[in-house]
Amino acid sequence: MRSTNASSPWLNPLPMIQTMGRKTIEFIERLGRIGLFAVTGAIHLFSWPWQWEKILAQVYFIGSKSIFIIGLTGAFTGMVLGLQGYYTLVKFGSEGLLGAAVALSLIREMGPVLTALMVVARAGSAMAAEIGIMRISEQIDALETMDIHPVRFLFSPRLGAAIISFPLLTAMFDVIGILGGYATGSLLLGLKTGTYFGRVESSVVMHDVSGGFLKSLCFAVLVTTLCCYEGYYTHLREDGFGAKGVGMATTTAVVVSSVVVLIADYVLTSFLL
Amino acid sequence: MNSALIEFRDVHKAFGANAVLKGVDLSIYAGEISTIIGKSGIGKSVLLKHIIGLLAPDSGQIFFDNVALDRMSGVQRKAMKITCSYMFQGTALFDSMTVYENIALPLREHRKYPAKEIRSRVREKMAQLDIAGIENSYPSQLSGGTKKRVAMARALITEPRVVLFDEPTTGLDPIRKAAAHQMIVDYQKQFGFTAIMVSHEIPDVFFISQRIAMLDEGRIIFQGACKEIQTSQHPAVREFLDSAARANGLCPESGKRNGGSDATR
Repeated sequence: MRSTNASSPWLNPLPMIQTMGRKTIEFIERLGRIGLFAVTGAIHLFSWPWQWEKILAQVYFIGSKSIFIIGLTGAFTGMVLGLQGYYTLVKFGSEGLLGAAVALSLIREMGPVLTALMVVARAGSAMAAEIGIMRISEQIDALETMDIHPVRFLFSPRLGAAIISFPLLTAMFDVIGILGGYATGSLLLGLKTGTYFGRVESSVVMHDVSGGFLKSLCFAVLVTTLCCYEGYYTHLREDGFGAKGVGMATTTAVVVSSVVVLIADYVLTSFLL
Repeated sequence: MNSALIEFRDVHKAFGANAVLKGVDLSIYAGEISTIIGKSGIGKSVLLKHIIGLLAPDSGQIFFDNVALDRMSGVQRKAMKITCSYMFQGTALFDSMTVYENIALPLREHRKYPAKEIRSRVREKMAQLDIAGIENSYPSQLSGGTKKRVAMARALITEPRVVLFDEPTTGLDPIRKAAAHQMIVDYQKQFGFTAIMVSHEIPDVFFISQRIAMLDEGRIIFQGACKEIQTSQHPAVREFLDSAARANGLCPESGKRNGGSDATR
C-alpha cells in the first residue's frame, strides 16, 4: 500500500520556507543590533567626560596581561616557520630567503591573526563572561537606573583599550616571531645571521607593516564588539538562561570572534594585495 | 487632592504568553510613601521597573509629572532619571567593586562633586546606615542584610526626589528591619522624597506608608490609605491580610497578637 507523507518538506514546503524566513529576519536583526552596539560604543569613546582611567585599566587587562602569552606564541610560531621554511627552501637552494619568508608571513598574516585569536581566548572570553554576569544579576539595569549609559560604561573603554593594545601586541608578536625564526634558521640550522636579517630588511616594505597594522585595528574592533555584544545581550538568548546562558554567550563570543577574524583576514588581504 | 506625580493608565505588560499587568491604573502622590503589596510573583517588581523605564508597557501609558514617559524627549527622560533612584530586590551591587566604589559610583560618574566631597558624602551615608568600616569589602564578603543596607546607601547617595524600593527589608533581622523602615521614614521627612515601595512586611508597612495599593491578577484591586485597606471587605484583600496576620501571629481582623496584646503602635 502506498502512503503519502504529509509532513515531507517536498510535499509541503511552507513550514520550511517560514523557518528560513524567520531565521533570515533574526539574522538581519542580530546584525543590526551588533552594528548599533558598535556605533554607540564608538560614539561614546569621544563623549564627555573622558574615561581615561577605565581605558587604561582595560589596556592593562587586554594588553599588558597578554604580553606573556603573545610572546610565547610569537616565539614558537617564528621558530616553526624558521624550521619549516628552511627545510623547504633548502630543496631549491634558496635558504637565503628564509628571513624574507618568515618576516613577510608574520607581518602580513600570522602576526595580526594569531594575536587576535590569542586575545580572543584570553581577554575576549573574559569580557563576554563578565558583562554577561552583570546582565543576569541586574547590574546593567542598575547602571541604567543611575543614568549611567551601560554601553558607554562597559563597552567603550574596552573598545578604546583594544584599539590601543592590538597593534602593539601584533608588533610585539612580529618582532619576537622574527627572532624565533632566526633562532631556528640561523642558530640551530646554520644560516648566516647577516643573510637572515639582510633579507628581512630588504623584503619588508612599509606597505606590509601598514597592512598588518590596519588588520590589527579591524580585528580589535571586531573582537571587542562581538565579545562585549554577546555578554551584553546574554538575556536575549533562547538556548540558555542564568549561568548556563553566560556560558553559552562566552562560547559563542569566542567561536564567532575567531571565525570572523579569519573571514575578515581574507577580505582585508584581498583588498590589500 | 493634588494631581498625581506618577500615574499608570490602563497599563498592560506580557512576557510571551504570560500577561503580568492587565490594565493597571495607579496614582502615586508626591511627598508620600506609597507601598505596593500583593502575592509573590504577581508583578510588583515589574510595575516598579516601568516607572524607572527599565520596562516599557505593551499598551497604556505612564505619566511622570503629567508627561507621558513614551513622549518624553531625551533631555526630559534624562532629567527624570536623575531625580529617581532604584533599590533592587537582589541589591544589584557591582561585585567587582568595593562597597565604597559601589556607593560612590553614581556621584563619580556624573562628576558633580570633587573627590573629597564624594568621600565625605559616602562616609556620612555609610555611618547613617550602620555600615561604616566595610568600605574596602566586596559584596560577596557581606551578609544579605549588609548588602541590602549598602544598596540602600547607593540608592540614597544622590538625594533623589523619587526612590523606588523593591523589597528593601527582606532578609533583615527584626531590629535592622525596623531601623531600615525608620530610616526610610526619617529620610522621607528630611528630604521630602516620594517613596514607592514593594514589600511583604505587613503590618509594618501600614505604619510607615501614607498610601497602600494592592496588585492582584494583573490589576490594582485596592488603593487608598492604610486605615482603609485594613477595613476593606474585598475578598482578595481580606484573604491576603488575614494570611499575613496569621503568619505574623496576629488575630485576623483585629490586628492583635494571639496573646491579646495590641500589635499596632
